Formats: sequence, C-alpha cells, structure tokens
Amino acid sequence: MSQNLTQRIKTAQIWDIPGGIHPPENKAQSLKDPIAEAPLPKQVILPLAMHIGAPAEPLVQVGDKVKTGQMVAEPKGLVSAAIHASISGTVTGIEDRPLAHSSGMSGPCIIIESDNQDDWVDLEPIDNFRDIDPATLVEKVRYAGLAGMGGAGFPTAVKLQPRHTIHTLILNGTECEPYITADHALMRERAEDVIQGALLMAYMVGEPEQILVGIEDNKPDAIEALQKAIDRAGDSRLSQRVFPTKYPSGGEKQLIQILTGKEVKSGGLPADLGILVQNVGSAVAAWEAITQGKPLVSRVTTLVGDALGRQNNYLARIGTPIADLLELAEIDRNKSDRVVVGGPMMGFTLLNDQVPVTKITNCLLVPSLKELPAPPPAQACIRCGLCAEACPASLLPQQLFWYAQVEDHDKLRDYNLFDCIECGACAYVCPSSIPLVQYYRAAKGDIRESEREKVKSDHARLRFEARKERLEKEAEEREAKRKARMEAAKAKQAASDSGKSSDGASDLVAAAMARVKQTSANPEETRLKLERQKKTFEERIEGIEAKIAEAESDDIKAKFSSQLKNTQKKLDGILEKLDSLENTASQEEIAPAPEKDAAAAAIERAKQKSEALAGMSESEKLKSTLASLKSRQEKAAAKVAEAQASGADTLEALKTGLGKIEEKILATEKQLTELGED
Amino acid sequence: MQSAFSDPILIFAVIALVGLAVLFGAVLGFASEKFKVEGDPIVEQIDSILPQTQCGQCGYPGCRPYAQAIASGEANINRCPPGGQATINHLADLLDVEALPLDAESGVEEEETKVAYIIEDLCIGCTKCIQACPVDAILGAAKQMHTVITSECTGCDLCVEPCPVDCIEMITVEEGLSNWHWTLPPSSSKQIEGFKITDVITTDRVKTKQDDAA
Repeated sequence: MSQNLTQRIKTAQIWDIPGGIHPPENKAQSLKDPIAEAPLPKQVILPLAMHIGAPAEPLVQVGDKVKTGQMVAEPKGLVSAAIHASISGTVTGIEDRPLAHSSGMSGPCIIIESDNQDDWVDLEPIDNFRDIDPATLVEKVRYAGLAGMGGAGFPTAVKLQPRHTIHTLILNGTECEPYITADHALMRERAEDVIQGALLMAYMVGEPEQILVGIEDNKPDAIEALQKAIDRAGDSRLSQRVFPTKYPSGGEKQLIQILTGKEVKSGGLPADLGILVQNVGSAVAAWEAITQGKPLVSRVTTLVGDALGRQNNYLARIGTPIADLLELAEIDRNKSDRVVVGGPMMGFTLLNDQVPVTKITNCLLVPSLKELPAPPPAQACIRCGLCAEACPASLLPQQLFWYAQVEDHDKLRDYNLFDCIECGACAYVCPSSIPLVQYYRAAKGDIRESEREKVKSDHARLRFEARKERLEKEAEEREAKRKARMEAAKAKQAASDSGKSSDGASDLVAAAMARVKQTSANPEETRLKLERQKKTFEERIEGIEAKIAEAESDDIKAKFSSQLKNTQKKLDGILEKLDSLENTASQEEIAPAPEKDAAAAAIERAKQKSEALAGMSESEKLKSTLASLKSRQEKAAAKVAEAQASGADTLEALKTGLGKIEEKILATEKQLTELGED
Repeated sequence: MQSAFSDPILIFAVIALVGLAVLFGAVLGFASEKFKVEGDPIVEQIDSILPQTQCGQCGYPGCRPYAQAIASGEANINRCPPGGQATINHLADLLDVEALPLDAESGVEEEETKVAYIIEDLCIGCTKCIQACPVDAILGAAKQMHTVITSECTGCDLCVEPCPVDCIEMITVEEGLSNWHWTLPPSSSKQIEGFKITDVITTDRVKTKQDDAA
C-alpha cells in the first residue's frame, strides 16, 4: 500500500480538503523588510513548560552565572524538551511568572538578568551529520530543546523517533493563518537551511522515499527560493508541492490530505500512515542544532497590526518580554487595546504584556480597533449550516454547539468533538456570530476533567475496597487467635482437671483460689527477679566503666558512655520497681484485711455515697460534692508540697491535677450560688 | 371407541414434547451455570456513577453500600452531596426514575474540590485520622507526625472530626495550569448590561470582569 501511496504522490497530484475559508490574508505588511534582529533583552523569562509534555527540570540556582546557549533546565520524562539560557548573565530567580497562556495564569520560570556580553558557551558543531548514528542525532536534538515551531510546541525529538517506518517526510511551510509570516520570511531568506534541515531530518527517521515541501501559492518569493535550494541539493526525493491558498490547509492532518489524499483516522497519528510532518522552522532549528551545535535560543516572530509603527518579522531571543518587542515595533497604545498571541483565527488575547516570547510564539498581533472591530453580540443559531460547510474536519458544528450548551458529553463524543482542530472556520462564517470554538474548547475541557475525575474515583474505589478487605482479614485473624487461645485454655483446664477427681463446681473454685494464691505469691517472686536483674545490671555497669577507662580514642569513649547511660537508666528503672514493690508490701502489712480487694472497697464507698446522695436535695448534693472536692484539694496540695520538697518529676502532673480539682470546686460553687438564686 | 392413549400419534407427540422440555431444560440449566453473573450488575453500574468519596454523607458506610441500598430500593438517589445534581441526573437516567433535587439532610453540594491538610506542628500522632480515612490516604504512625497523601485524598472530611487537637483542615484545590480549562461563553440572553466584549477573535476567550480587575 505504501508503494501505491508513494506512486500516487509522485504524480504530483494535489487533493482538496473539505470546507475551509478564505479570510483576508493581511500578510504583505510584515513582509516588506527582511527579518530584523531584535536587540538583546535586559532580562529573559524562560518558562519551564514552553512545550507540550512534562515541564523541564531546572539545572541552575539563583545567583548562578550562565552563558548564552547553556542548558538551564533538562528534559524530564520522554515527552519534554530542554531549555537554554538565551542570553548570558546571572540567574536572578526561579519563580512563578505570568505566562503567555490563554488562562493568564502564572507558571514556574527561570529569570536571567543580562550582562550585555552575549557570551556563548563552546558549541560542538558536526560537519557531516551522516558520520553520526541517527539515534545520537535525535538525542542531540532533544537536548537542543527543539519543540514544534509551528505553534503546538510538541517536542521535535519525540516525533523523530516514530514507531512506524516513515516513507514520506512532509515539511509544513503552509502558514495558512492570516497575518502570520514568520515561516514565510524564514523560507524566503533561509531556504538553503530549510532544505538541508529537511535532509537532516530525513536521515534521522531512516531515509524516507519522499520529502515533500508543502506551501501555499500566496508565497511566490518563498516558492522560488525553495525551488532553487532544492535544485542545488540535487536529491531526487525532494520535491515542492504548491497548492491553492485556503484556510486551514496548514493543519497537520489537512496538509497530509492535500498532499497525499489520505486521511489520518480519528484519534490516529500521521505516523500510522508512514508520514511525518515537520514545520519549516523546526527544520532550520534542527539544522542549526546539529551543524552548528546551537540550541534553540531564538525564533522568528511576526509583529503585525495597524497599531504598530514598524510591522516586521523579528528574530527575538526566547524569553524576551513581549512588551520589549512591542516597544521595538513602535506600538501606539492609543490605537490598540489588546495584544493577540498567534493569529486572528486561533490566537488568544494576552492579559499581561510582561509575559515572555516562547518557542511557540510565532506572531504578535496588535490590531487597531478599526482593523478588527468588536464582534456583534452572539445571536440564536438559525440552522443555516454554513459552519458544517466550512468545517475542514467534516464535523457538524451545529450539533456540537447544541450538545456543548447542554453539556451532553456522550453525544459530543458521538459527534467526534475531539477531531475538532479548533481552527475557527465555523465561527468565522457564522451569521449569528456565535463563538463556536469557545463552546468546543469548554466542552473538551469539561470532558477531560470528568475523565480525570473518573480515573480518580476508580482509584479511590480500589483503595476503599482494599482497605475493607484488610480490615476484614484483621478482624478474622483476631477472632481466630481468640478462639485458639480459648481452645488452649480449655485443653489446659481439662489436663489439670484429669489429675484431680472431684466435681466441676468445687474444681472451678479451687482453680480460682489457686490463681489468687499465685498472684499473692507473685510479689515475692517479682522482687527476687528484680534483685537478680539489679545485680546483673550493676555488674554490667562496672564492666562498661572499666572499658571506658581502657578506651583510647574519644569516639569509643563516647560510645561506651552512651551505653553506660542506657544501662544506668535501666538499672534506675529496676530500682524504682523494687521500691514500689516494697511500698505495696508494707502497705499490705499495715492493712488488716489484705485479701479485701481495693477496687471492691472503692465500689462499696461509691455505693454508699450514691445512696446518701439519693436522699439529698440538689443543693445538699452539691454541698457534699464540694466538701469532698475540698478534702481532695487539700490532699492534692499536700502531695504537691511533698513533691516540691523531694524534687520528684511528677510535680507537674500533680500540679495540673490540683488545678483541675480547683476548677471543679469553682464550678460547683458557681452551681451552688445559681441554685441559691433560684 | 379407542382410548386416547392408544393413539400412536398422540404418544409420539407427548414423547417429542417431553424430550424437547428435557433438552431445553438441560440447555437452560447449563447456561445459567456457565454464564452466572457474580454480584448484582445494577449495583456495579450505580457504584461506577457514584463519586467514590466514601464520605458516608448518604448515611451508608461508603459508596458501594449506598449503591446496594439504591439497587434494593431502600434509599433515594438524591443523597450524595459530593456527586451533586450531576450524579443524581446520571442515576435517574440509569434507573429510569425522576431526578430529584439533592436531599438537604445529607448535606450541600460543594463547588470546589477539597483535600485534607494536616497542620504538622500541631499533630500529636494519635492515629485517629488514619483509622477514620476510608481510602488509606493518611500516612503516619503512633506518636509520629501524620500527613495526607494529596493524590489519594477524596476530600470526604471524615478525618476532621476524630482529630483531638483540631489539626486537620480541608483546603480548596486551587485551579492551576494543569487543570485550567475554558469555560462556556455567556449565552447571548445572559449578557450583562455594560459587559464589554473587547475580544474580536471568534475563537478567543471573552474577557471577564475579574480579568479587567487583575
């Protein structure tokens, strides 16, 4: 089939795309003079995300000196591009700055203050690229920071590593949008580099059979220059295809259709057809990156519009504030009230002209109010169908408009919303001046967002279910353990029972008595155990102390002394336990009835108290509570004093305890007075 | 007169019918085993519409239990505040019932997405929030500072209440470059008096008053 397709292409036939419009071209005003080099900016702002894909990762820090062409941020991930200092100077900030983005939002940027030297790094030119492995060249392109110069900003290196065999390389010199002439000027003045760049790219993607240069017939001078360059190159694969001017012929899929008659299917890539499309600006940038070793630090930008005194193409350093360029082009701020980045069909209004020129800024349009007057307010759709006739993607803009209004996402998908290239042809022809593309963009954003949410909610469901499973498993395990313990206890019981021969009831009592005995015997055992422990620890401390005395270096000493500290701490703990054990033992001796449980006594006391309280009135109750609180307070105060005297570390705790009792007393007193008032 | 049963044709017919019945019975029995559906498919469908915040505002301990309750007819479809009216409409579509307004008892729909944030200086490491989190989005251990894994947080705010030191806040997720998208233009009927459309590009964004202020 590819044979077939190349045969067809060789016949130099031109196909047509459906729809399209013919808006006024307005290209002459910026083509009068050759490309002018803009002066070095005093400061450049380099956004970390000038391309589609992952933002680059900064390699410099604030205060670093950088040279022109030095990589200041490296590509992160597969779809990403490097960023280079476009002037020499000092990095003065890595911070959020407003971006040339339709949202007007800010994003991370590297800011470089110029030293006015324009001191370049040492470049590594390659004289003959054919001596080098294509994969190495692609890597060089990646690190030269190339991103689609036509406006989309897709990293060039990614496109140069296609998964399919490429049989046709197409250079896109269409530049169909009104006003924009950056590519036109480039082709006119640097046709040689365009063609050489095309041959270089062809080498990188495995030498396709065809290299086509697609160009509209409204650029005769560029066509002539390119033809000369092609003749000089003397490569039979190269040929130029000139086709009638129509907007939007420059869309990637549209251009493929015009030059090959093949349609890229919905959701597919040109590479699926064995075709690769590159912008002419990207070809020049790739040529410079390889043969001169020059990374992408500048680009041609068209400054156009009646509000500018010097409409022209300027070679500007990337990161130059747009305001600087506007001043250079002698902007008359009285004539204009806005600056558009891109062309009049697909561009967007800047909310702030301090934003920088990026790798994709191909045009700055500053129209006077007369030139592009405000559109009349949108009216109701009259179902005229002009939009469907204008659509280059053969969609049904009316239907999309209805479904976008009611946010019917399923229907929008059914009507292939995502095949819309947002060219604006439908809105251009709309007699009701409905801003159709805005609806499509909003709907696309909504759908993407709901897809993101869907992914997130599926993820949350997985995690929720995993957690539930885990909790159930834990509960089961606990239950199993409990059962196992119960079984073991039963078995033990049975074993001990089999030794004796008496009835069950008295057995249970006996067992309980035995347990009680065991616990009461325990203090003695514990004491012995603790004493043993104390002894071993004391021995250990002695040993460590001896080692410290022997130790030579400070390091070892420090190690041993920390060990000593730990051991000492443990010993202290044991001593404390022994103390408390002795205390309880002495208390038990004093107590006349040691077998009487302390808890039972407390319950008894509480019962008596509550019985007593039950008989009292509210105020009496409060009074008795108050009395008991006061006695507790006295006790607590005594304890605090004692602790203070002995310097015990429980002092703080005791103090807070006392504070709480005092609070309670206050509250009770308050209640009492309130009761009295009643 | 001959007995009806002695007619061979009738006997053949009965045998044929019984044979067919046995055959189809076997086929159906086999099919019901072979193509057995695990779980209730309608519950799955309802569950896939619910937002999976697992917040329990509907009164059920998670989205799946609520889905089961809806499927069995126990619960109304309007008790999911995080999903809001969109979810209710979806459910109404699926179940072919009338879309109801959100049940005020369950809560109010919030416009912004929120995530939990632990003020780490105040956290005492009690693990109460970890136990409360339905999606295991909080990382930490006893007496160690806890933190929320933002990408996993569903914003259910179940962790806020158990915190003994009130160190958990629900913060709104700011709109950034990664999640910004165009909004629908104001419809012509809704155009505000004195609203200045300075945009002339048909594909362009209409300036809002906020932009002018900025």
